[in-house]
Amino acid sequence: MRLLTHNMLSSNIKGVTNGFPLRIEAEKVVEKQVEINQDFLKSIFPKIEWKAFVDASRTLGYAELPEEAPEPSVLESDHEFLGKFHHALLELHIEEGTLVCPETGRKFPINKGIPNMLLHEDEV
Amino acid sequence: MSSRPELQAPPEIFYDDTEARKYTSSSRIVEIQAKLSERAVELLALPDDGVPRLLLDIGCGSGLSGETLTENGHQWIGLDISQSMLDIALEREVEGDLILGDMGQGLGLRPGVIDGAISISAIQWLCNADKSSHEPRLRLKAFFGSLYKCLARGARAAFQVYPENLAQRELILSYAMRAGFAGGVVVDFPHSTKKRKEYIVLTCGPPSISTAVPKGKVEEGESCSDDESSGDEENQTVSISDRHRPRKKQKTNKKGKGREWILRKKEQMRRKGNTVPPDTKYTGRKRKARF
Repeated sequence: MRLLTHNMLSSNIKGVTNGFPLRIEAEKVVEKQVEINQDFLKSIFPKIEWKAFVDASRTLGYAELPEEAPEPSVLESDHEFLGKFHHALLELHIEEGTLVCPETGRKFPINKGIPNMLLHEDEV
Repeated sequence: MSSRPELQAPPEIFYDDTEARKYTSSSRIVEIQAKLSERAVELLALPDDGVPRLLLDIGCGSGLSGETLTENGHQWIGLDISQSMLDIALEREVEGDLILGDMGQGLGLRPGVIDGAISISAIQWLCNADKSSHEPRLRLKAFFGSLYKCLARGARAAFQVYPENLAQRELILSYAMRAGFAGGVVVDFPHSTKKRKEYIVLTCGPPSISTAVPKGKVEEGESCSDDESSGDEENQTVSISDRHRPRKKQKTNKKGKGREWILRKKEQMRRKGNTVPPDTKYTGRKRKARF
């Protein structure tokens, strides 16, 4: 699971008011290189919850992203930033680990890169 | 003649390792799925600007449909309830991220982040009550509600479905409309039993020219004669976005209020501290009509 997906995922448990972001407990992280697509990065950038994204990348051991989200125009001019954004968003894969609901502490395991978000009967 | 998979077992059990492998190694199925996925992407009517979008593949299974999304240059997140099917998707090394989840429990995605959603041969599974605590209506509600939320304004959903019957299709559509979607059904090759395919196309956001339901495909040489349309209400497209207006208050369809309800209410009042007559064998008893 990449941080792109993590940034969109929220805990769906009944009664939870803010299930985003899910805390990451990473056991195995893998890097897989993919080609940069500037158009995609520019279009997805406004949708990213920056703080959650930076925190998540730090949990995975990548500390290159700035704390504050830069202006969108930076994506045009600063290629170094673009590369870092691309790397953290699309090239880091959580293979084994856990996602934790921020409100209830309920754990969603990640196996072979697939998070198990199935809720129990009483959580729906 | 094999019966529908939906009538045999719930999807996570029907699509076990053997079935999952059978499904994915059948070249006929692979080809059909690819065609259906291409058509679904077409129906999403994404802008033709070469910008990759973030799409959802609901019931992504072994990743056959997701591969079409990747081929079209998009990023996608796939959701499926069968671990066996997802394992095959891993084997095929699909590009999208996979989630093991139940669409009837809600999608759990942040508002407005998805640019489009497709689903190939999966939504009809929502209409089955597999476990005793499942109520298809609650699942349909949770699914469409969460889908409406996570789709960006103006985004579309295109679902290829195999509804068991007209009632099932109407049920699915009614819950979509209730969630706020506009849209209808596109039927390709309506007169051919083999080629006939149905797509539910939904739009999220204010109605405009772009939300008009696209035309279905027809065989060359076929014409929609008036004689045929009396029995076959579909012809090319059925746009029923007007038929189901979301009602503000749903009328509860109970056959009067039974004894159980009365007892429950009396207990509630007792808890509040009101004086309530005792529960006897006469409580909630059917009275004569004239009463």
